[in-house]
Amino acid sequence: MKPDSYIERTNRPLQFYAVLFLIVLYVPVLFLPLFSFNDSIYVKFPLKSFTFQWYLELLDRAPVWASLMNSIKVAVTTSIIATGFGIFAAKAITRYRLPGRGPVVGFIMLPLVVPGIILGVALLVLISQLGIRLSLYTVTVGHIIVCLPFAIATMIPRFEGFDKSVEEASADLGENAWWTFWRVTFPMVFPGVLASLLLTFTVSFDEFIMAFFLSGSDATLPIYIWGQLRFPQAFPSILALASIILVVSFILVFLGQWINRGAGAGSLESTKNT
Amino acid sequence: MTQENAFISIRNVNKFFGKFQAINDVSMDIDHGEFFSLLGSSGCGKTTLLRMLAGFESVSSGEIYIDGQPMSGVPPHHRPVNMVFQNYAIFPHLNVRDNIAYGLRRQKLSRAKRREMVDEMLELIKLPEYGDRKATQLSGGQRQRIALARALILKPKVLLLDEPLGALDKQLREQMQLELRALQRTVGITFVFVTHDQEEALTLSDRIAVMSDGRDLQVDTPTRLYESPVNREVASFIGTMNFFDGTVKSVGSDTAVINVDGLGEITAPACTVSLLAGDRINVAIRPEKFLLTDQKPEGVQNCVKGHLDNAAYLGERSHYYVSVEGISQPVAVSAQNQSRAGGTEDRKRPVWLSWDNAAIVVLKDA
Repeated sequence: MKPDSYIERTNRPLQFYAVLFLIVLYVPVLFLPLFSFNDSIYVKFPLKSFTFQWYLELLDRAPVWASLMNSIKVAVTTSIIATGFGIFAAKAITRYRLPGRGPVVGFIMLPLVVPGIILGVALLVLISQLGIRLSLYTVTVGHIIVCLPFAIATMIPRFEGFDKSVEEASADLGENAWWTFWRVTFPMVFPGVLASLLLTFTVSFDEFIMAFFLSGSDATLPIYIWGQLRFPQAFPSILALASIILVVSFILVFLGQWINRGAGAGSLESTKNT
Repeated sequence: MTQENAFISIRNVNKFFGKFQAINDVSMDIDHGEFFSLLGSSGCGKTTLLRMLAGFESVSSGEIYIDGQPMSGVPPHHRPVNMVFQNYAIFPHLNVRDNIAYGLRRQKLSRAKRREMVDEMLELIKLPEYGDRKATQLSGGQRQRIALARALILKPKVLLLDEPLGALDKQLREQMQLELRALQRTVGITFVFVTHDQEEALTLSDRIAVMSDGRDLQVDTPTRLYESPVNREVASFIGTMNFFDGTVKSVGSDTAVINVDGLGEITAPACTVSLLAGDRINVAIRPEKFLLTDQKPEGVQNCVKGHLDNAAYLGERSHYYVSVEGISQPVAVSAQNQSRAGGTEDRKRPVWLSWDNAAIVVLKDA
């Protein structure tokens, strides 16, 4: 790195802009942990004393634990299924000469831009028409639809990042398509698979609108939080809960990105080329 | 069908990619144990043909036989061939040993036997200490050897090589050429080798197929390709060639008298092409077949006077360009610098070119 080179020299206005950007992005969010440690049930300044009280209170609430378990069940199932489908979709998109590849990819990515409320209502109508009872299963179905684009978008760069002659080499050395996938393709895209699992888990865990429409009597964690907002005395511990979710989500997504680093920039092959 | 003798028989193969015809009615036979090269410039269809042998591309029409078996519909993993890819296609997630052993899984060998076979291969490619290295930590030349070992360990009937030396620097490439040739003799497997480098093809091959625009122009030994090319395209692709226009004057039993523009009347060995008196033809002579002298030579079969146009000193030999009256292009002459001092040549001085009848190649005008 040459700090004095034209392209890399420091630019004061841009640095200022970057700091401002981060402040606008994260300060509102940081109010949650800030007030979760505040010894008052009212969310307002000035802050009173520091306390762990709200966090401890969470431990005693059985419904919190129940909804947490529901959310984990849904998120684990969703992440595995969405990632599983995502692997094959990403392979098909990147490997085969698909007619109309562009529109197909656009269509798969559509759930990202369709308003959640519309998707939620649509699924609710469909599911009630089919006479299926709302449950955690229906939430999971909704979440899989929401998560698939994330899974595919995470893994496509992995598939694009490695040379397909490696798969040809495997076929040439006597392996059929099935074994080629498990012995070559899967190990090479594995970081992308892990990243996808972590990301889709997080998306499902945090998802509210689908769960709002599709959950029956078993609430997921976001639904439980939503329900608790009516009770002012419960609010500080909700802040505590939200803070925990925030931190865990951040860690999972960051971990996923870290595992999947170098995707797209070419696989191991080209980054370590001598 | 004539595939009973040939080990690999390519019969009237065509390949279309959409409307583009990549391979145009190619037929050739490759013998067992032969080092066979497909030579041509990029886009000539040589790699497509190789990939059809490997099974990565299907034939649009025609048939490929390997060891008597028709290959249509046989997927790559069931063909008795293995390939060394242009970029080597080493598995980056495996170490060297696992890369080499990759194809052995199907053979249900004991762990010890497998290890022994891999060790033998590592020995053969002269990388015995490298088994536990990550494949990504190797240099280009080493990866190339791994790719070779990975294919050879399966004892294929045919080894396909897709410009395997293209990515190496000149010195390493020359060393690998020698090793490859020695290796092929050791293992005795039929090699089909794709290259655009004519020198490489001449050095390595028992026979070469020269390809252009999806067609095979000539399939022959290096010597015959160089000395008796069948047409102008082959003649100009391999080495440097001087072309002259001429008219056939008379045809004898094994010679033909040709009136060549600028060179006068010459007697050529009546070669592969059938000639009729009055035909407009091409006559070709290699630069090194000319003898360049300052005085008119005595007792030679043919000679012509010209002027030295240009000279290039290349150390072991020199290139001269001699303008001859009646010929538009200067004649290229190559001479060993045995006694000649070389260097600065006196331009525009008169010189004499002489050559033997045997040096003349007659080509049907295209």
